[in-house]
Amino acid sequence: MSTLSDPVNLSAPRGSDAGLTPKQLADKYGLSVSGKRPSLPQYIRQLWARRSFIGAFATARLVAQYTTAKLGQLWQVLTPLLNCAVFYLVFGVIMKSRDGVPVYIAWLCIGVFVFQFSQSAIQAGTRSVSDNLGLIRALHFPRASLPIAFTVIQLQQLLISMVVLVAIVLANDIMPAMTWFLIIPALLLQSMFNTGLAMVMARIGAKTSDISQLMPFLLRTWMYVSGVMYSVSGYIQSWPTVWQTVYSWNPATVYMDLMRYAFMPDSFDPHKYPGGYDAQGHALPKALILPDHIWIMAGTWALVAFVLGFVFFWKAEEEYGRG
Amino acid sequence: MADAALDTLKEATAVDNQARVPTVVVDDVHIVYKVHGAGSGKGSATSALSRIITRKKSPTIREVHAVRGISFTAYKGEAVGLIGSNGSGKSTMLAAIAGLLPTERGAIYTNGQPSLLGVNAALMNDLTGERNVVLGCLAMGMSPAQVRERYQNIVDFSGINEKGDFISLPMRTYSSGMGARLRFSIAAAKTHDVLLIDEALATGDQGFQQRSKARINELRKEAGTVFLVSHDNNAIREVCERTIWIEHGEMIMDGHTDEVVRRYEKGDRP
Repeated sequence: MSTLSDPVNLSAPRGSDAGLTPKQLADKYGLSVSGKRPSLPQYIRQLWARRSFIGAFATARLVAQYTTAKLGQLWQVLTPLLNCAVFYLVFGVIMKSRDGVPVYIAWLCIGVFVFQFSQSAIQAGTRSVSDNLGLIRALHFPRASLPIAFTVIQLQQLLISMVVLVAIVLANDIMPAMTWFLIIPALLLQSMFNTGLAMVMARIGAKTSDISQLMPFLLRTWMYVSGVMYSVSGYIQSWPTVWQTVYSWNPATVYMDLMRYAFMPDSFDPHKYPGGYDAQGHALPKALILPDHIWIMAGTWALVAFVLGFVFFWKAEEEYGRG
Repeated sequence: MADAALDTLKEATAVDNQARVPTVVVDDVHIVYKVHGAGSGKGSATSALSRIITRKKSPTIREVHAVRGISFTAYKGEAVGLIGSNGSGKSTMLAAIAGLLPTERGAIYTNGQPSLLGVNAALMNDLTGERNVVLGCLAMGMSPAQVRERYQNIVDFSGINEKGDFISLPMRTYSSGMGARLRFSIAAAKTHDVLLIDEALATGDQGFQQRSKARINELRKEAGTVFLVSHDNNAIREVCERTIWIEHGEMIMDGHTDEVVRRYEKGDRP
């Protein structure tokens, strides 16, 4: 019996390991510091292994979004439609921004949908870590899955809106053209840009929850200066060239212009829409201008935002869910 | 009788001299919580504004020294119980092993990534139990094929469907016991190197507790290490052969469960 009550040190290493310090023991058996951040290539591999999780998570969230509503999934189509209706009423009918823009309603809807893709991806990204702390604390997975999944949700939402958009475009006598194929690369680049921004905001939002109060104001300012509901080209013509160039790099404008060009190339034809004024003094539709090097701008934004956002998010990987 | 006892003792010493593979090394760890919004500081907007203007450190941040210099090593195939009164630092210790809390001093080394199962760890409450199972498994790194293969086992193990088709209801409609059972079943579907269980079994019913104890023993046989925090001393006795007693963030005892739990129940501190 005396052996049992003798103090036994169950922690002490035995046999050939006897006498090793905890650090030496950990090193010998290749143990790593708990919660250590994986290297960037390792992290990318882990994330790639979770690709089906990202897809399944996004689909499940999208479906769950409207489960409590009576009309259910119909809201996925109704929400963008109502959005366009409100903007059309305020900016098209009351403020008459439609004067001077060819096929205003299609122009407006494309702008609203494209901007909203960025806007909601950033907003969802900001809350993606802080709203899913339970999941983060319970299971181990690369945390970047969350902002990426939330961007995928917004992309799925946009694709549904695109169906509505095609109907609106066709109803406005715009015929399908070869440029419609450009929608795919434009969407891809914008998705990359949004994912990057969502990851940046996810890290900031995880640390400082105040930012989610501030985001709606920042995003609304961005929307109003980006020319979603009215053409900004008329306002900036009197600016110094430097500022015009800076302004033309606004990513929201770049992605909207690309999509508008892809959907309705005719609106960019100065022969068809020469501009000028009619007898009553109303401005006649003037052809839109596609800035030079717009694809380079779109690609640069996508690449810079995605790479920087990914590295920025990964840098704090071990800190999400702590506290 | 004496011979038999001597034999087992010899066997035990023979095994004792073998080098064992460590899975968790906790080396003189101190953990300090920074609690925001604590204390008597006024939370009004004007006081927050004046704090920003005067650049004073927020008086509402308080530091709590939850773990003070704990060291131990756990080995493959061990089930370790953590006992102590409420607020003694048991759950903090587990969260730190899982890598969810930074250490102020000292270091924690682990084999692979430990998984922490807590009572409050909600998964996705607005999704159905079914979706939670699939998403949980995918998040742990299983392939869709593996998930399909194990799905039925997980649902059967949780016993969620014993009283009707509850798995197709959103998880927010589950009772706390049902939620905890499903979470444990999801996490236990994968072989973990280190599994940390924080009171997660306490809410389950009798049948589920038996199943989960059996599953913990299986996990140990698959060369994992299991940590169990519980106020149910019988559960500790049944599952763990080694127990660590923590009080005020300091280790009181580390030894065989029978001995440690007996002295803990008597309040007999060495």
